[in-house]
Amino acid sequence: MAAIEMRNIVKEYGDGFKAVNDVSLDIADGEFMILVGPSGCGKSTLLRMIVGLEDITSGDMLIGGDRVNEKAPRDRNLSMVFQNYALYPHLTVFENIAFPLRLNKKIKEEEIQTRVRDAASMLELDEHLDRKPANLSGGQRQRVAMGRAIVRRVNAFLFDEPLSNLDAKLRGQMRTEISRMQRRLGTTTVYVTHDQTEAMTLGDRVAVLRRGLLQQVASPRELYEQPVNMFVAGFIGSPPMNFMPAVVSGNRLTLPFLEADVPATAAGKVTDGQLLIAGLRPEHFEDARLLDPVKRERGVTFRAPVDVTEWLGDSQYAYIPFESNPEVAEELAKLAAELDSEALRSQLIISIDAMSRLRENHEAEFWADTGRLHLFDPRTGENLTRDEEAAADLARFEQEELRERMEQTP
Amino acid sequence: MKVSRRTQVYWILGALAVIAYALVPVFWIVSLSFKEGDDITNNSFLPTVWSWANYRTVFASDLFTTALRNSVGMAIIATTISVVLATLAAYAISRLEFPGKRLVLGVALAITVFPVIAIATPLFNLWRTIGLYDTWLGLIIPYLSYSLPLAVYVLAAFFREIPWEMEQAAQVDGATAWQAFRRVIVPLASPGVFTAAILTFFAVWNDFVFGITLTSSEAARPVPAALAFFQGASQFSQPTAPIAAAAVVVTIPVVILVLLFQRKIVAGLTSGAVKG
Repeated sequence: MAAIEMRNIVKEYGDGFKAVNDVSLDIADGEFMILVGPSGCGKSTLLRMIVGLEDITSGDMLIGGDRVNEKAPRDRNLSMVFQNYALYPHLTVFENIAFPLRLNKKIKEEEIQTRVRDAASMLELDEHLDRKPANLSGGQRQRVAMGRAIVRRVNAFLFDEPLSNLDAKLRGQMRTEISRMQRRLGTTTVYVTHDQTEAMTLGDRVAVLRRGLLQQVASPRELYEQPVNMFVAGFIGSPPMNFMPAVVSGNRLTLPFLEADVPATAAGKVTDGQLLIAGLRPEHFEDARLLDPVKRERGVTFRAPVDVTEWLGDSQYAYIPFESNPEVAEELAKLAAELDSEALRSQLIISIDAMSRLRENHEAEFWADTGRLHLFDPRTGENLTRDEEAAADLARFEQEELRERMEQTP
Repeated sequence: MKVSRRTQVYWILGALAVIAYALVPVFWIVSLSFKEGDDITNNSFLPTVWSWANYRTVFASDLFTTALRNSVGMAIIATTISVVLATLAAYAISRLEFPGKRLVLGVALAITVFPVIAIATPLFNLWRTIGLYDTWLGLIIPYLSYSLPLAVYVLAAFFREIPWEMEQAAQVDGATAWQAFRRVIVPLASPGVFTAAILTFFAVWNDFVFGITLTSSEAARPVPAALAFFQGASQFSQPTAPIAAAAVVVTIPVVILVLLFQRKIVAGLTSGAVKG
């Protein structure tokens, strides 16, 4: 086990394109770090630079305090689970898992036997040890790949979108499995994904990348509640945060359908008449008729026409179209393109109580928790309402949790 | 897809025609090899009396047995060297970027299309001068120069099919480049290795031009060339039947090889390596 430190890591290709640009990231010993971002953001490249399959153009990569830039993958003592598993098809499951051990002549046959069987029983592969990978299901292959990774005592585990080839149900199971395994072994883990749920549930901290640049490294909770910019705010959360044009007048904001006070955290950063982008998450809305009266005071109510509703049993979404300001619409279209989502029509997606019986194409009364409103600068995308104190609190909480967990693992 | 009965019949007829075209000469040779003495002029496809006499004649003659030994020895040596070198070369070509890579492949292709007869005469003179004429080595060298490019081509195609991740996984697991090559890549490319080996073996086994021009005695003469030196019972009779028997004998190893290795040449070996 070891900490991984990256100092100003750059990956530049022959044509001058920087896939990873000046990334500095410290991953603590035993920490579960997620690298996330839309496709082409450099997350996989960064992972491959850690493991040594990709050369580092400049910067320093330190594993357990040693600079490893020039070390071959085999000298870094890491293990990796590939997106397509990369199992050895000519070897049985047992031999696949034993492969890394067999390369080390010092390990005796009895020890190989015990360690492979331990890993296999942890992953419930005992019955399949004599089979070839071709005869296994997708989930079983995935577990063999994980077995090969955990059979050695390594400095860190690296995962490159390991669950993206599984179906939704299996993905959920394997996710918990990976989390449990990592907690049990206490090994530093770097996990690349583009999946929201994996990023939010697995990681101690999440690093969000955009075009090779690190945007924010924080606990999932901090990313969600205190994003540094519009990119992070739009990327984290599903359905995504609603972005609307907001015009400042005095200490009030005019948004489509409603008005609100300028949040205290943004006071002094905005000028009268300025056009901003307001962000409010779907769950900070509610059908006013089903609202807890205690909550009503915290926000404002407004009337709006419902276009479409989606009822999912445990939750319900309503879509409310609105007229957007062309300048804001352009910014949002750019953001949507970057986030790999299509430039959708300007509409609010709001989460309402599943009991609510709203009718499509009718007007209804809604409530918005304007206290949770974020304000973004349309040009820089910077979050004007980020509460540094609250963010520091969340970071402290996360660190304590990690420390506690590390003390418990043997 | 549902094929109509009519189409099916056409397909079967076509297939039968092709099979007949390919096999009738073979059966004819086999039938000839069993005809004794003047029976070859019996105006019928099958021998009147089935006889092993021609086979006995063939194996009794030193001309054939030494030639057979030469053929087997040279084919095995040339195949082994060719496959080992071609595996290494093809791996480099498929995995590494180096200046002149295209040139290497281009030259390899050019050599395979170069007419054999065009270099036979110069080689004859050259080998006589430097003492390689009528030796095993003198034949193995030109065999290699023709079979290597072919083997490199076949193997490079197989190596390219193997996902990069296989090697990268091996490297991360702690393998050196050589270990990754030997323990992961070569086993995965084994259908390609067998294909290349068989192609090389056939090319060498069937060679006639080099065999006849670069030898003068039994020291190195391979079977196809030796057949031309067979003598009839008298100087007026053609040794047709013994030649047919010898031809059948030299065909047998080829048939055995194909039967032996056809199960190995299953390209589907890599299935299951990656999520399909």
